[in-house]
Amino acid sequence: MSLDPSLVSTSSPSIIEARRQLEICNACRYCEGYCSVFPAMMRDAVHGVAELTHLANLCHNCRGCHYSCQYAAPHAFALNLPAALAEVRQASWERHLRPAILVKIFQEGWTATVVTMLAATAALYAAASLRGADASAPFYDKLPHTWMVAFFLPAVVLPIVAVAAGLRSYWRETCGDRMALSAVMAATRSVARMTNLACGHGEGCNYEKGDRYSNARRFAHQAVLVGFLLCFLATASATVMHYLFQWPAPYGFGSPPKILGVTGGVLLVLGSAAMILLKRRADPDLGSRRVLRGEYAFICLVGLTALSGSALTFASGTDPSKALLAFHLGCVATLFLTLPFTKMVHGAFRLATLIIEAQKAHPKDDQGGSS
Amino acid sequence: MGRRTPRPEGPWDIVIVGGGNAALCAALTAAEAGRSVLILEAAPESYRGGNSRHTRNFRCMHRQPMSVLTETYGEEEYFDDLRVVTKGETDETLARLVIRETEECLPWMRRHGVHFQPSLSGTLSLSRTNAFFLGGGKALVNAYYNVARDLGVSVVYEARVDHVHIEGDRAIGVDVSVAGAAARRIAARAVVLASGGFQSDLDWLTRAWGPAAANFLIRGTPHNRGVVLKNMIDQGCPSVGDPTQCHCVAIDGRAPKFDGGICTRLDCVPFSIVVNRDGDRFYDEGEDTWPKRYAIWGRLVAAQPDQIGFSIIDSKSTDLFMPSVFPPIRADDIEELAEKLGLDPVRLGRTVAAFNAACQDGRFHPTERDGLTTIGLDPPKSNWARPIDTPPYFAYQLRPGVTFTYLGLKVDTTARVEGPHGRLANVWAAGEIMAGSILGRGYLAGFGMAIGTVFGRIAGREAAAHVA
Ligand SMILES: Cc1cc2nc3c(=O)[nH]c(=O)nc-3n(C[C@H](O)[C@H](O)[C@H](O)COP(=O)(O)OP(=O)(O)OC[C@H]3O[C@@H](n4cnc5c(N)ncnc54)[C@H](O)[C@@H]3O)c2cc1C
Ligand code: SF4
Ligand code: SF4
Repeated sequence: MSLDPSLVSTSSPSIIEARRQLEICNACRYCEGYCSVFPAMMRDAVHGVAELTHLANLCHNCRGCHYSCQYAAPHAFALNLPAALAEVRQASWERHLRPAILVKIFQEGWTATVVTMLAATAALYAAASLRGADASAPFYDKLPHTWMVAFFLPAVVLPIVAVAAGLRSYWRETCGDRMALSAVMAATRSVARMTNLACGHGEGCNYEKGDRYSNARRFAHQAVLVGFLLCFLATASATVMHYLFQWPAPYGFGSPPKILGVTGGVLLVLGSAAMILLKRRADPDLGSRRVLRGEYAFICLVGLTALSGSALTFASGTDPSKALLAFHLGCVATLFLTLPFTKMVHGAFRLATLIIEAQKAHPKDDQGGSS
Repeated sequence: MGRRTPRPEGPWDIVIVGGGNAALCAALTAAEAGRSVLILEAAPESYRGGNSRHTRNFRCMHRQPMSVLTETYGEEEYFDDLRVVTKGETDETLARLVIRETEECLPWMRRHGVHFQPSLSGTLSLSRTNAFFLGGGKALVNAYYNVARDLGVSVVYEARVDHVHIEGDRAIGVDVSVAGAAARRIAARAVVLASGGFQSDLDWLTRAWGPAAANFLIRGTPHNRGVVLKNMIDQGCPSVGDPTQCHCVAIDGRAPKFDGGICTRLDCVPFSIVVNRDGDRFYDEGEDTWPKRYAIWGRLVAAQPDQIGFSIIDSKSTDLFMPSVFPPIRADDIEELAEKLGLDPVRLGRTVAAFNAACQDGRFHPTERDGLTTIGLDPPKSNWARPIDTPPYFAYQLRPGVTFTYLGLKVDTTARVEGPHGRLANVWAAGEIMAGSILGRGYLAGFGMAIGTVFGRIAGREAAAHVA
């Protein structure tokens, strides 16, 4: 129990509001079984910035606790835990990722994402045009492989470095312990099954259907995640084939890159379309309203990347192919370039938080000690 | 099911007054039997569900482990528990009926969308006897409203019934005023009354308790004002129970007047000393474990001057109980604490010193009766008596918090309401409005929802059979 008054008044409004609400939850506990936020909240003796940040990143905005809250507005206690935690979560990414101003711009609006996408497309189109290759030329004549590598390597490496630095700083704030293998395994299992989105009872969350439970968001999100992984594998297999087997693109329909890429692309298109539809039906006041536009922009970007990629598969050899290729690669480049700034980072932070939570819930598992 | 939805003014097969657990259980049962059902709920949609939206568990008999419930909890043990808390003031036939039926209710609740979770942390002592609702009572109420909607039940919110038309031994309809508009008559072939107790009618409480009632806080909905209960009594229906009997616990004095719900509860009493406005102790704080004693403290505080008490602990005890939503008042010595609480520092100092002097050495055990008692103190503190001597000191203000009143309509084993001249032909009652038929005094955690679920289902079934 936090009877320590020194905690109060030294923090930001979002931290103070989340603490106020969690203190009500801690005295109520009715939602204990919905997700891991509640057991974690009760475990901590104090709710300082570090603890609240951890809890906020454990919450995946399923809204179960809101629709069943006896203290939701118009009650004077005005509980809205999903929104309060969303604000803290959002602020934590803005605090740990650099440059902070870019995080803010990309999270809050859609303009930056669109501009980046158009600029990347234009640059790639110009590059391809410079070569002056005609449409019927082989794949790499449109954009030579070395160019692509020269362009994508920094575009991938730099953002990943930025995310890694942010995670490191986040880890220091919320945990501090060394990472334990068993915790990594537990967290990975939890992501794979989207355990927490099942809302403790398997019927899913309260997202697009108000106080009715639904698994739609869980499935849509999983489609995006799996689609993403498949596309990643497709690229990886293509790289292996290119370098190890000296077998350059384009690949036929039966080849591993194609099979993986097409399946992944379809999953991504369907998944992100579903995510948009669900989001439109969900109540925006149960999340962080200020990042709503940025979130839409991000899902659209994912969807367009997959859509243009799929279109490319079928359009090979025809004329729009060059523009399409530039657009597709522009989207991919934007996804990577903006990695630390868009909703994309939630995956990294969430995984890290699940690992930290597994460690906190079962301390010293790896050392075989008891506590 | 070939059922038509009647025009708003009816005639409906069944009109249900109230929109909490008992009403919903009746509505689902009757609608599943194919009847047209109208629910008239006084609260707006955001506050639907009465006191039921504040609940957390359901006391359930089970002869083998069931759902989240461990071991077994048989009829005899359940009834014994009830007899002890009610000091025998319970109708054995109706009580045993409720107890036996709970076992069948739990699977029924699950089929109708209620999810259960293991006993909440801090309430482990209830894991064998009480099944906890995942998300609490509001989640339960939401689930039932959704099933009701799927079954074609009509619901009107902000619909306050203020008169039940009784002709001879039959009800022919009710008068309802929707969103403050003038009352309209709605015709019904059968009526189920599930509109709760009268605890939110402060005038009625004052008539029963005297001026002290002004200092009572109402833990649940402001809509349970006993309008229908009074209307039925005025029409000559006999009532059962004493109007001063109610479930009344000590809660944080800073709680809102209505709807403060569970999180204003204070569990610190056994580890504290409790003094009144004059700085004097007045009851054995350590008489028994808290789940067995918490329901008496509302009445104890109600009997003190100004209906106020102060529970005082020192820093040794801060982590021994579930936190309340309000932070305690904190001070570095007893005088400062007294000043912050508006108590006489000298008298409080004397009370604490006398208590500390009466404490003995011994093993302290927070979760069981440890026999660590005071010696030569009146009233004694029979368990957990450790001196209040380690600053900082903390205090919580206590007020009586009324959960629900017991005075109610008299019903039989089929939930049929007793009229002026014998049973009414087509009126049933369920939940708090008839709790007095079963509870004379005292309370067993989770029994309110047991009464409402069992009698709600009976009322729905009987009413449906009546209009068949
Ligand atoms: C904070 C709190 C916690 C509790 N916890 C538990 C628990 O864990 N377990 C347990 O078993 N019990 C618990 N109880 C007791 C439990 O809430 C009641 O016993 C039970 O909910 C009664 O159900 P009911 O349907 O009779 O009444 P309610 O749920 O109160 O429903 C009454 C309904 O009638 C409506 N109404 C009132 N007057 C009118 C009118 N004139 N016209 C139309 N509608 C009207 C109200 O709006 C309300 O919807 C708790 C109570 C409170 C206050
Ligand atoms: S969200 Fe509401 S019902 Fe759930 S634990 Fe918090 S206060 Fe209680
Ligand atoms: S929104 Fe869902 S995940 Fe977040 S705290 Fe509430 S129940 Fe847990």
